[in-house]
Amino acid sequence: MAQAAIELIGINKSFGAVRANRDINLEIVRGTIHGIVGENGAGKSTLMSILYGFYQADSGEIRVGGKPASIKTPNDAIALGIGMVHQHFMLVDNFTVLENVILGAESDALLTKSIAKARSELERLEREYGLEVDPDAIIEELPVGLQQRVEILKALYRGAEILILDEPTGVLTPAEADHLFRILKQLKEQGKTVVLITHKLREIMAITDTVSVMRQGTMVATRETRKTTVEELAELMVGRRVLLRVEKGEAEAGGVKLAVKNLTVKDSRGVTMVDDISFDIRAGEIVGIAGVAGNGQSELLEAISGIRRAVSGSVMLDGKPIDLTGAADPGELRDRGLAHVPEDRHHVGLVLAFEENENSILGYHDDPRYLKGPFLDIDAIRNDARDKITKYDIRPADCRLKTANFSGGNQQKIVLAREMEQDPGVLIVGQPTRGVDVGAIEFIHKRLIAMRDQGKAVLVVSVELDEIRSLSDRILVMFAGRIVGERGPEATEGELGLLMAGVEQREAAE
Amino acid sequence: MDLFNAFIQILDSTIRLSVPLLLACLAGLYSERAGIFDIGLEGKMLVGAFAGAAAASVFHSALLGLGMAILISVAFAMIHGFASITHRGNQIVSGVAINFIAAGSTIMLGQHWFQQGGRTPALAPGERFGAITWPGADALRDVPILGPIYAELISGHSILVYIAFLMVPFTWWVLFRTRFGLRLRAVGENPAAVDTAGISVAWLRYRALICTGVLTGIAGAYLSMVQNGGFVKDMTAGKGYIALAALIFAKWKPVNAMFACLLFGFLDALSIRLQGTPLPVIGKVPVQFMQALPYVLTVILLAGFIGKAIPPRAGGVPYVKER
Repeated sequence: MAQAAIELIGINKSFGAVRANRDINLEIVRGTIHGIVGENGAGKSTLMSILYGFYQADSGEIRVGGKPASIKTPNDAIALGIGMVHQHFMLVDNFTVLENVILGAESDALLTKSIAKARSELERLEREYGLEVDPDAIIEELPVGLQQRVEILKALYRGAEILILDEPTGVLTPAEADHLFRILKQLKEQGKTVVLITHKLREIMAITDTVSVMRQGTMVATRETRKTTVEELAELMVGRRVLLRVEKGEAEAGGVKLAVKNLTVKDSRGVTMVDDISFDIRAGEIVGIAGVAGNGQSELLEAISGIRRAVSGSVMLDGKPIDLTGAADPGELRDRGLAHVPEDRHHVGLVLAFEENENSILGYHDDPRYLKGPFLDIDAIRNDARDKITKYDIRPADCRLKTANFSGGNQQKIVLAREMEQDPGVLIVGQPTRGVDVGAIEFIHKRLIAMRDQGKAVLVVSVELDEIRSLSDRILVMFAGRIVGERGPEATEGELGLLMAGVEQREAAE
Repeated sequence: MDLFNAFIQILDSTIRLSVPLLLACLAGLYSERAGIFDIGLEGKMLVGAFAGAAAASVFHSALLGLGMAILISVAFAMIHGFASITHRGNQIVSGVAINFIAAGSTIMLGQHWFQQGGRTPALAPGERFGAITWPGADALRDVPILGPIYAELISGHSILVYIAFLMVPFTWWVLFRTRFGLRLRAVGENPAAVDTAGISVAWLRYRALICTGVLTGIAGAYLSMVQNGGFVKDMTAGKGYIALAALIFAKWKPVNAMFACLLFGFLDALSIRLQGTPLPVIGKVPVQFMQALPYVLTVILLAGFIGKAIPPRAGGVPYVKER
């Protein structure tokens, strides 16, 4: 008989006027992987933070293993066998793995004894769950995937029977994510209960037994994973039907807008990241660049948009050369009709501490439309921002709000609105929907296709293969800094996956 | 031999001059390692110096004086904690406020209680911490080289000097070998990690500040009850700030802190020694120049001679649970 590991009954939680959780009821069965999906801000993380004692519910009851539990601090949760792997890792970067694992769970007032004891325990856990990691490594020197493993080890070391993972794959490469899923399955086989919070529906389908959907602070449905579909879940999450694959007509490609020839780019360490790449983008087509993260796509984007100097090669924009190896200037490129939506909107695309309207003209602030003599024309800027907010359905619709207070999807819309509304001839987009909700993804994809249909040349770089396949008219696959293949949109996932892994290339060479 | 003796004397005064710096520097180390910037070291030393000298002269006990110095200094550290931990106030503002309160209140209370222009009465020998002469120091004094080193440098200091230097290995041991130290360092790097591990960030930081208060109290007592025979207004004279500079120079490490403070103490000793003495080649150097040397050095060292100093990452940032 299936037994409940956790029952949440009538949980309510408000932050000021915002009701983050309303009357949540949830039962999680022992020894299963239970997914919780919902858009950003749906209240998933709040709910799990209540379960972990990080916040306290305004009302409601928590039962662990059938018994009512009072969880006031993370310590209470840990004592009840609940462990949590946070979205942003709770690790001390300059401590060793061992030090991080024992922090707060030291067995002795003196470290030497605690560490000796933890070392043997850690070795046991590593063996049991295939969680290998060097106990003496410094956290900041480990790749993200291993850092996450340390978080899992931390929870297991504290005797967790129930493991909550908050958006665990957001920072992982596909291979690391696969490895994580294998670990989670192993944990399940050993009788642990796993709660997986995510907004990626593919992950839910791939690994969970049961899935619960949250929307705007309420629990809207719980389904057995094998009896539901991605489409149904997406609809439940957003509250309306969502097109996961945008419909688009045939591309009517015109003349070449952007021609990249023999481009080579090195990263800051001097490693060649883009190796002698050539391709064209024509007016009225979307070219997608697929590849596993870290194969040179970021450097390619940065070079074409003038942020990073190229080592050699040439780029022609509308038939005229851009000097990328010299002092290429993003501002000059912008003036010549090349707009860029950077991969990392927080660091490159936006100034988060600024108001929305200020960000909506960033980089275009010299445009006479926004100027009154030598001064910024505040009214014009705000009116312009309000237009964009309406047109791109940016929420909340407040151009005076600090940009940091918008959700990831809306921040992305702010950047997209800014770049697209300049009516550029060429649009370069990095990770158009990273960290963006299902509903907003649909909207962004539609806008990109509308750009194409207006005869713009669009370059999309994404690590989401689905996105590349649904948007692109032509797909280029990058591996180890080179373009290893070009396919049409009808290419299968398996075919592209092999190219991305560099397999095809070797066969062709033989 | 004269040169050697002069050198020994400079080193001897180096030790004496670096003790308050060292105690304050270690005090700052506890709080900054826990993520609390403490620009109020100066003020806490000053109230410690005042409370120590006042209590010692009233109760005729050096030990009671030291106890009062520590008590008052810890109380001021708790004010800093209340403002910056409990109420998440700006740590620099709170520290500066403490310095102002210390400077003003010591003079006002001193004048009110003792009517000597803000001074405390001169302390009698029993009310101060006297020098401890180590066994055989006098007998060995005439042994060449080793004799003066033993008699002048090692022997003949007050108990507080030995405490200060013993605090160096002790602090290292606390920080790097105990559970408290691990948590203290963690809370200065990533308080969220400490919080989610089920440890109270606030209580941990308060405890770090108690350590800070104890050490600045001893530093203050040293100034008014060892170096000087009573409290004089503003007697810390910027030592709290020099200690902060030494802390950065030492990259927040206890043993480095000792060497940094010895260096500053040495420059101080040298500038006192060389006042009015003509230097070879250069000739006579103005007193003011020599006095300015330690401060000039501070600027130069901090401006880049020390390589990259990475402060505790959560330093200066009040901890707020993220939503």
